[in-house]
Amino acid sequence: MLELFKSNVAGKASRALLNASRIILGNKYILAGFIIVLVFVLMAILADFIAPYSPIEIVGPVLQPPSQKYLMGTDNLGRDVFSRTIYGSRVVLLTTAIAIALSGAIGTLLGLISGYIGGALDRVFSFIMDSIYAFPSLILAIALSVALGPSPINAAIAIAVVYIPTYFRMVRGQVLSIKNEPYIEIARALGIPSTRIVTRHILPHVGRTLMVVFSMNSADAILTEAALSFIGLTVQPPQPDWGFDLYKGRGFILTGYWWMMVFPGFCITLLAVGFALISEGVSTVISGGKR
Amino acid sequence: MGLARYIAIRALAIIPTVLILYTLVFIVLRVLPGNPVLAAIGTKNIPEEQLKELMKELGLDKPLYQQYFEYLYNFIRGDMGQSMIIRGRSIAGDIADKLPATIELSVWSIIFSLLIGIGLGYLGARAHSRVVKTAVRLTGSILFVIFIPALGLSLQLIFSKYLGLLPIGGRLSSVGLLKPITGLYTIDALIELKPLVFIDALQHLLLPAFTLGLVISGPYIRLTMNNIEEVLESKIIEAYRARGVREEKIFRHAFRHVLIPITTYTGLQFSLLMGGAVLTETTYNWPGIGTYLVDKVMYRDYTAIQAVVIIFAVIVGLTSLIVDILYALIDPRVRY
Repeated sequence: MLELFKSNVAGKASRALLNASRIILGNKYILAGFIIVLVFVLMAILADFIAPYSPIEIVGPVLQPPSQKYLMGTDNLGRDVFSRTIYGSRVVLLTTAIAIALSGAIGTLLGLISGYIGGALDRVFSFIMDSIYAFPSLILAIALSVALGPSPINAAIAIAVVYIPTYFRMVRGQVLSIKNEPYIEIARALGIPSTRIVTRHILPHVGRTLMVVFSMNSADAILTEAALSFIGLTVQPPQPDWGFDLYKGRGFILTGYWWMMVFPGFCITLLAVGFALISEGVSTVISGGKR
Repeated sequence: MGLARYIAIRALAIIPTVLILYTLVFIVLRVLPGNPVLAAIGTKNIPEEQLKELMKELGLDKPLYQQYFEYLYNFIRGDMGQSMIIRGRSIAGDIADKLPATIELSVWSIIFSLLIGIGLGYLGARAHSRVVKTAVRLTGSILFVIFIPALGLSLQLIFSKYLGLLPIGGRLSSVGLLKPITGLYTIDALIELKPLVFIDALQHLLLPAFTLGLVISGPYIRLTMNNIEEVLESKIIEAYRARGVREEKIFRHAFRHVLIPITTYTGLQFSLLMGGAVLTETTYNWPGIGTYLVDKVMYRDYTAIQAVVIIFAVIVGLTSLIVDILYALIDPRVRY
């Protein structure tokens, strides 16, 4: 029995892996985006091995241009820009990942409840969500992070709140369209409890939608995170952080110390482009390759 | 008559949305734990007496529900309270000073984004090669995820530092050049018949408006391209072609169909535009409410932050109203 269960799980896992790799390899946008994101993820994980210097210690003279010793030069305090850029990927990726997980979980839960129960509760939820959705997400995220205080985890919460409506709307719509299918009615007629119907019979159908929202959402979330750190609402100095390093580099443009700003700025954009390519690929796959 | 009623109903519909956002902002900034005064001062070493005095002065000692309604009442009257940092400074006055700069930047950015977006989208739709089509479509997705400060700072580096062609930031080379009438400097310069100042204002506007415009042009590219292509496949166009109507004229016809989705989208775009404006203004030291917000964030000036955020909510509400009206005017199918 246990053997069967094991092989079943292994089978499922390997099939899922196979499916995932087929999707990734089957579409060149997804593949390109995946490679970009993967490079950054590896960079974050292996930062200790890749970075030649400590990101927060002064390792040389200030404002040195890129050279063999300092690949991306040194900043105004004499820290190695290359090492800071490598370590900076950690904050962005971690904050965004937490934010997406939170907003996905809460948005999905609220969407399921609201869509399945319906009635007044649904109307109230939808109205609040629509109001948040209509509001400039960055500005709301700024207000939230200010209130919560500057830190990566608070920034993640702020970003999560802003994106909950996106998940909520998609999931709710999906639930509404499934809710009246005959098989759900049968389940209800059989007296299966609502929670079981929702988790076992509705939730699995929402997965596909979630993937689409997730792929569209992540590039945006990266940019929001970068924007929050640009105005100093995530990690505090001297911790390395692309957005805030970019902000500091701003002051050194007229004096021509371009390397302080170009590298972190490029990384933010490239990472967002990676996610955008995945999203592009996913929507191509979903629409059957038409658009 | 019908239209007036439609506008009135749509206008009333904004109120609950703004109220919800006000409530949300209020909860976030006032109800959440943490004393805003302490955060603003940045130290906890302040005598109890003095703290109480400060709280009283700012009206923070009253019960929350009273603060909630008082603030709302004052806000409607145009009183947004005083800055927590610069004592006695009226926030409404500050915002009135900064708002025109943001409006001017936004309007020019929209113009840029429409030019770039519709232009590229049109080219993409007309192109015969698949490679060009794909390239245009991909450009649309990628432009949209460019990090505004990264693009802005790179443009500053190229055009201001190395080529020396354009100013690095601000709205005018010297503040004394204009006596603001509307606060929109390009228009003020024209009213005051100062062509050189007009050019100066344009030079300052060019990079920020292009930066923001380029980033938000992405969706327009796809929208234009998809809609033109869709119309070109329709039966009407087939009928035109069958009658031997010139290809130029057919395109002009197809193009008209793009206007409705573009108008709708511009309304939706506005909330993105506002978020983008905050970053663009900060990047270029553009003295609008975006820069104001970021300044206040850095000083933890809660009352000012609250006011700016609610102002943004009102702006978004108003633009969605304007778009709805435009929509009703352009599209005869809209019933009111």
